Amino acid sequence: MKERKGIIIAGGLVGILAGLLVFFGNPPNMGFCIACFLRDIAGSLGLHRTDVVQYIRPEIIGLVLGAFLIALGKKEFSVKGGSSPFARFILGFIVMIGALVFLGCPLRMVLRLAGGDLNALLGLAGFTAGIFSGIYFLNRGFSLRRTYKLGKLEGFLFPAVNIGLLIFLLTTPAFLFFSIKGPGSLHAPLAIALSAGLLVGALAQRTRLCMVGGIRDLILFKDTYLITGFLAVFIFAALTNLFCGNFNLGFIDQPIAHNDGLWNFLGMTLVGFGSILLGGCPLRQLILSAEGNIDSVITVIGMLVGAAFAHNFGLAASAAGPTFNGKIAVLISFVVALLIAVMNIERETTDA
Amino acid sequence: MNKIDARGLSCPEPVILTKKALAVSPEGLEILVDNETSKINVARFLKIAGYNVKIESRPNGEYSLSTVEK
Repeated sequence: MKERKGIIIAGGLVGILAGLLVFFGNPPNMGFCIACFLRDIAGSLGLHRTDVVQYIRPEIIGLVLGAFLIALGKKEFSVKGGSSPFARFILGFIVMIGALVFLGCPLRMVLRLAGGDLNALLGLAGFTAGIFSGIYFLNRGFSLRRTYKLGKLEGFLFPAVNIGLLIFLLTTPAFLFFSIKGPGSLHAPLAIALSAGLLVGALAQRTRLCMVGGIRDLILFKDTYLITGFLAVFIFAALTNLFCGNFNLGFIDQPIAHNDGLWNFLGMTLVGFGSILLGGCPLRQLILSAEGNIDSVITVIGMLVGAAFAHNFGLAASAAGPTFNGKIAVLISFVVALLIAVMNIERETTDA
Repeated sequence: MNKIDARGLSCPEPVILTKKALAVSPEGLEILVDNETSKINVARFLKIAGYNVKIESRPNGEYSLSTVEK
C-alpha cells in the first residue's frame, strides 16, 4: 500500500508540474515531452536546422541529474551494458520517428489528453495496439539478451554530458541555435524548468514510473502498479490545466498537434511497439541512462539522432499533418522493428 | 526447487520468466536477479500470484527470491 501511495504522489506531481510548466511558458500540453525536448536539443546543437524547434531543454538535464543523484544516494547506481546496443539504437531512432509523426512521446500523449486534445485518444488506441503486439513477442521469448557489468566511469559520462549541456545553456555560445519563434521559443524560466526536471527525475527513479509499463504490466501480469502512475499523471495534469485555464476539449485546432487520425494511431503504435521491445518508454530510458544503464544511453542517442533525421528528411509531422516522407518512414520502421522482434526470439535456456 | 537465473535481464523479462516457470512448477521456485527494480517487480508478481516471498541479499547487488509455504 505504501508503494501504491508513492506512485500516486509521483504521478500526481508529474501532472501538476507539467501543467505549471505550461503556465510558466512551455508550449501548450508540453510541460514534459521527452521526444519533443530531445528534438529541441538536437536542433539547438545544429543537428537539424528547423528553426522553430531549437532549444536546450533544462527539463531533460534536470531529469537526468535528478535521477543520477538519487540513484547514487540510494546505492542503485549500477553501470552495465551490452544488451544488443545497436538494436537499441535503431529502436530508439524508430520510436522517435513514431513520436514525431504523432507529435509527442507517451508522456506528452497523456498530457495532451489532459489538455482536452482528443486526437491523443487515437494515439492512445495505437499505443495500446503497439503494446499488445510487443507483448506477443515477449511471450514468445523475445529478448535483447543480458547486460554485463561495466566500469564506473562509463556510467558517469552521460550525467557529465548533461552538465556540459547545462553549461551551454548558461553561456549560450554562438555556435548553438535558439528558436526565436515557434515552440522552441516557448519555455518556462530556466530555474523553474531545471528544478521541475530534477524533482521529476528523482521521483521517476524511485517509483520506476513508465508510460508503456503501465498498460504492459496490466495486460501481462494483471499488475496495476504502474498504470496507477499513468492515471495519476492524467488526472492531476487535467486538474492543473482546468485551474490554469489551459483545458480545451476537442479535435480541431489543438496546440502542436494534427488531426489525421490514422497517422496519430500508427505513429503511436510504432512508439508502443518499439518501447515494449526496449523495455520502457522514452522517459524511462532517460532515467535508466542516469542510473548507469549504458544500453539506455545508446537508446537516448538513437532518439536524438532519429529526431535530427526526422527534421532533416522531412519526416516529422506539423500542425498541418503528417508528411509523405514521414508516412513512408513509419512503414519502413514497422518492418525494421518487426525484424528485430522476430530475430531476437530466444528459446529458453534459463535453468541455472 | 526450480531455479531461474534472471541476472542481466531487463524488465519485464525476469517477471515473464517467473510467470512461465510457475506455470510449469506451481509448487514454487527460486529466482536470481541483479537489480533493485527486478527484485521489486518479481516480488510484486509473486504476491499477486498468491505466493509468500523470501528475499535474500547476495554479493554484488544481487538478490535471490524464493517462494515459501504459507
